[in-house]
Amino acid sequence: MYHLLKQIIVTGIKTEAPPQPDETLRVTAERLRAEILDYFAGALTIRHVDAGSCNGCELEIHMCNNPYYNLEGLGIKFVASPRHADMLLVTGPVSRHMEVALKRTYDATPDPKLVVAIGDCGCTGGIFGESYASCGRVSNVIPVDVAVPGCPPTPLAIMQGILTAISRKA
Amino acid sequence: MKLEDFQIELKPLPGAMPVWHGRVDARQWRTACQQVRDKGGRLVALWGSDNSDRGGGFAVHAALTVQSGLLVIELPFSGGSFPDISDIFPAANRMQRAVRDLFGVGAENAADQRKWLRHTAWPADVFPLRKDASFEFPVSSSKLELNPEAQLATRNSRLETGQTDDYPFVRVEGEGVHEIPVGPVHAGTIEPGHFRFSIVGEGVLRLEERLGYKHKGIEKRFEQMTLAEGAKLAGRVSGDSTVAYAWAYAMAVESAAGMTPPPRALWLRALLLERERVANHLGDLGFLGNDAALGFGLAQFLRLKEDWLRMNAALFGHRYLMDTIAPGGVARDVTPEGMAIMRRDMGAMEGTVALLKGVYDEHAGLQDRFIGCGRIKPDHADRLGLTGLAGRASAVAWDLRAQFPPVPYGEFEVRMATHRNGDVAARVTVRFEEIFESLRLLRLILDRLPLGELASAVPTPPAGALGIGWVEGWRGEVLIALETGPNNGIRRLHPHDPSWQNWPLLERAVLGNIVPDFPLINKSFNLSYSGHDL
Repeated sequence: MYHLLKQIIVTGIKTEAPPQPDETLRVTAERLRAEILDYFAGALTIRHVDAGSCNGCELEIHMCNNPYYNLEGLGIKFVASPRHADMLLVTGPVSRHMEVALKRTYDATPDPKLVVAIGDCGCTGGIFGESYASCGRVSNVIPVDVAVPGCPPTPLAIMQGILTAISRKA
Repeated sequence: MKLEDFQIELKPLPGAMPVWHGRVDARQWRTACQQVRDKGGRLVALWGSDNSDRGGGFAVHAALTVQSGLLVIELPFSGGSFPDISDIFPAANRMQRAVRDLFGVGAENAADQRKWLRHTAWPADVFPLRKDASFEFPVSSSKLELNPEAQLATRNSRLETGQTDDYPFVRVEGEGVHEIPVGPVHAGTIEPGHFRFSIVGEGVLRLEERLGYKHKGIEKRFEQMTLAEGAKLAGRVSGDSTVAYAWAYAMAVESAAGMTPPPRALWLRALLLERERVANHLGDLGFLGNDAALGFGLAQFLRLKEDWLRMNAALFGHRYLMDTIAPGGVARDVTPEGMAIMRRDMGAMEGTVALLKGVYDEHAGLQDRFIGCGRIKPDHADRLGLTGLAGRASAVAWDLRAQFPPVPYGEFEVRMATHRNGDVAARVTVRFEEIFESLRLLRLILDRLPLGELASAVPTPPAGALGIGWVEGWRGEVLIALETGPNNGIRRLHPHDPSWQNWPLLERAVLGNIVPDFPLINKSFNLSYSGHDL
């Protein structure tokens, strides 16, 4: 226990400043009223859906909660069910085998809701494209508010996408 | 198993690894597999191919380990089926079913004839990897309008028409037995797949997996690419193993083209592979602590991993080292300053990992969850073909870096981590030991990195050339089997992840455990969905 406590103290607080929203990431015009966004800005819950990624984007979504980025410190947390979520964070080209599951997850998320597509594949279908097995970009299957490019996008870019979705347009 | 013991005409393939290739008939197919199994060899991969466009039928291929390397046998056949080998190698079961799903030819009289990668996305009479597979598909079966109001009106009707995947799970029946279906969308930030638990109280009587949700047509996509373009896709078969796949792919192309990259490139590939191994082990150790309710472990290990990834980005231009390896060599060099920074950074990190290992080892609550949990005994591991990191935790002494070391591993006498307990604790210990061993290897590489070119030109291989890449990734051995097409094209490519072998063992590891221990057991294997579903 001594080593554990000592290590916590020696490590100190590593958290860095969060990124600013970036309007260029927005795909569709704001669908939600400003008052609702103000609520989300204080306590946002996210359900992540991997709709067919290579797992690279998931690695970086994990890293958003490491001590450097500390996403939860901004009042933003991941939840276990779409029914508890305000936002879906969707990765991958949407494989045809995940198409129904993604739509059902979208439907299970209560309105008002936001969708952020993560990664080059989520934005455009990426290297996998559209095929017998892939529906391509996320917006081919469910409506998308903000799309974050990158292969995979860095944790800062992912956070920026999330913060853009819940920010009012300047 | 000596090569001359096989009654097969074998030809060595050029390249970095000892690989022999031969054609067999139906009788030899089973005999060779049985001979390999009798001597303790394993099935590394099984895949199909279609030669009907050039006057042949279908063929099924198997990669098997023998004393002197890898034996790749090919069985061409004209009928609709090939002999079943799942009685010899249980791991062949799902691979044979995948061949049927993609080619429409399956294993004759196999005990399990259910579909595996096929769900309902494409018609029952379509076999996507056949050369003549041409079928119209809509861009999305239900492409949405841009107006959200219109979407809401049509969504429900669409969902009703959406077919469901009618997979015949094995039912466990009896008093008090009930099922818990989990997934494909899971509660954590992980990949999609379906788990069907049959339980009494909290105890798990049976777990059955249903995978294939991430099937996105990777093998077909390769056939539309040139050998140079394929490197990028190979690095995205399983994002956490991008270096292992990119190296295996480059090795396969170099084997088909009969060329060898310059020494500095091979040494840098080993450096990248060990950096990938350390990054993944650090993350897993953090999540394993967290799944046993020690949040401290997650914070500490993810901090170390973040430092490690930032170093990757600073030195190699990518946090996960994607696209740093291409056929012919590597795309990035390191400077002497970069090497000095890496060395200094590793020293500090090693001390912290040693300290954290002490905390994990002495934490009673953590050890109570780890020890005895999710056990695969050595005899089961051997019989069912457990491989890679999980195999080494169950006494399967197999690490390509030690067994058949490619350049530069032959210089280092890699110390393989092996344990016998086969539980979560053993898989944690293997990870700790492999981090320390990787740091030792990284120092040796930095000390002795040869000077020279980063890449050589890759000559155009003839059409129909075979190439095999075989690399010990952090999860286990990754295999790429390549047959070239004309004009630097890819005729057929099968990427094989060790998760194929280990997923069925996860079903076994949870037996007799309680449901709340499943996340911990699952994490201790940390298998790939994307690398398996393709």
